[in-house]
Amino acid sequence: MAGGARGQGDVLPVLPRSPERGAAPPPVRGRTPVQIAWTRFRRDRAAVAALAVLFAVGVFALLAPLWAHLTGHPYDATFPATGLDVDGQPRGPGAEFPLGADQLGRDVLVRAAYGTRISLVVGVCAALLASVAGTLAGTLAGFAGGLTDTLLARLMDMTLALPYLLVAITLATTFQVSSAGAGLVMTTLVIAFFSFAAFGRVIRGQVLALRRREFIDAARAAGSSNARIMLADVLPNLAAQVTVLTSLQIPAAIGFEATLSFLGAGVRPPMPSLGSMLGEGGDVFRTAWWLLAVPGTLLLLTTLSFNLIGDGIRDALGPGGRARRGR
Amino acid sequence: MPRHVLRRLLYSVTVLWLVSTLVFVFLHVSPVPVERVIGGPRATAETLARIRGSLGLDRPVLVQYWRFAERLLRGDLGDSYVNGTPVSALIAERLPTTLWLVGGAACLWSAGGVALGVLSATRARTLWDRAATLFVLVGLSTPPFVLALVLLYAFATGLDQAGVHLFEAGPPMQEHFLRRMTLPWIALALLMLATYTRLTRGAMLDVLAEDYVRTARAKGLPERRVVLRHGLRAALTPVVTQFGVDLGALVGSTVVTEKVFGLQGVGQLVYQSIAAGDTPVIIGVTLTVTLFVIAANLLVDIGYSVLDPRVRSG
Repeated sequence: MAGGARGQGDVLPVLPRSPERGAAPPPVRGRTPVQIAWTRFRRDRAAVAALAVLFAVGVFALLAPLWAHLTGHPYDATFPATGLDVDGQPRGPGAEFPLGADQLGRDVLVRAAYGTRISLVVGVCAALLASVAGTLAGTLAGFAGGLTDTLLARLMDMTLALPYLLVAITLATTFQVSSAGAGLVMTTLVIAFFSFAAFGRVIRGQVLALRRREFIDAARAAGSSNARIMLADVLPNLAAQVTVLTSLQIPAAIGFEATLSFLGAGVRPPMPSLGSMLGEGGDVFRTAWWLLAVPGTLLLLTTLSFNLIGDGIRDALGPGGRARRGR
Repeated sequence: MPRHVLRRLLYSVTVLWLVSTLVFVFLHVSPVPVERVIGGPRATAETLARIRGSLGLDRPVLVQYWRFAERLLRGDLGDSYVNGTPVSALIAERLPTTLWLVGGAACLWSAGGVALGVLSATRARTLWDRAATLFVLVGLSTPPFVLALVLLYAFATGLDQAGVHLFEAGPPMQEHFLRRMTLPWIALALLMLATYTRLTRGAMLDVLAEDYVRTARAKGLPERRVVLRHGLRAALTPVVTQFGVDLGALVGSTVVTEKVFGLQGVGQLVYQSIAAGDTPVIIGVTLTVTLFVIAANLLVDIGYSVLDPRVRSG
């Protein structure tokens, strides 16, 4: 029951607490699991290329203020005189607007850079939040069992049964907030809420399988408390799974944010997001192709890169590439 | 079997009840008061109070919840705040469009996905397979509305003026039904196709490595028969599961496709009701759609227990 009773070498030989933490000093220079995974990841050309593309997209987004400074066009400023032609139609790419102007005469390049920022921030934050919440709920449910498990598992089932897109727009719109920052937080929370359940379900299954393993019995026999087993033995064994799930959750969250913003239920105008740029351009893009092409391409590049990287991480962490055969 | 089914049924009812309660709570803690939405920004305090009274919003929350639950049990979803029409009538009017959209797309993507997946798995690691894998990745990475917009841009601009009008809300669905639905079907199906190709490919690769497939080959059966009879049949189980789940879930997530192509389905109904603050309609559609998700899951479960006796005991 108590967590003590360690270091009593005369009672029992000290067991390694979990398989990964073998205490024996390696005769050859050992590599950590992370190093092994990185070596494998580097051999995946698609994933490395995706990493490079993502890096470029990230730099482009990070330098958003620089683009605004260079062009002299802040993201929310309209330039009806230079950006629109005599008929009030947006002007295409040219010297003044490198990637064209939108229907209000705003600079598409600058807005796209800021929009990519929003997509990346919301996507990554929502995925991380969902990952933490899902891992916590899944571990707790799988490990505690009984009533806790029933309640948490039902909560996750219920979240998965909700028509998430409808409820998400409803939530995002009813809790309409005035400030742009709060809108961003709200959007992130809504996405995280609808993503955590799928996460939690997988983790719960993993924990249920881990619970029956010998090293957990060993830890229990050695007198570890439940909290200690969860933190020291179960969680480290979930690390690979959680990393893969999180990296694949990011593109999903980015797509979710774009969809919400496209429907006008995501970030608040005038703050640009790739989704809201596509939504606002919806009526004019038949004549102004760049309003569709620029944010669309950036969005696709970002999600595709994250998916390729996620697949790369999965292959790098997984046992020998393809999934194990069923026995 | 009846016992297993009964348990699943009971569980489904519980989930439905929880969802309805959750939606009720969400909408009643909303910081935007309903009477303000209906009365408009200039309504006097007196008008606001009258609206609250007529909607029963001045009662304690628990009383409101009781009334909501009691009516729900009788299948009454209430009336729209905006025009007083029964919510069930509104849904009945819009649901066919959404069901046609999802159903038509489902035919396309299930047939296409299984075919592509089988081709990809039987020609694993060829150029064919790599092309299919690339297609799957792009498909999985594309947000639905981007593909819909691209299709609309690519094809609707080529149409005449009348063609473009097909994708604006207005004329009833029956007019030019096929011409109007083709693009939405393709938009919805292409993305789902990616998921199904990947799923079928994975399942087929696993099944084709099984011993009984080797036995079938050793018996000298033609490869075609081995792949289709012995392989595909077993590989279809996870595909069918996913199909059931997706079919239910899609009824609630076609709002984007409906919006881009101007289709007046239930997705658009919610979208329009949110702007109008029409709470009963939002709750009504959400519950109806949830019913589809749960029913689909239930059918998949029951189907399983019929097909695979091991599920019944577990």
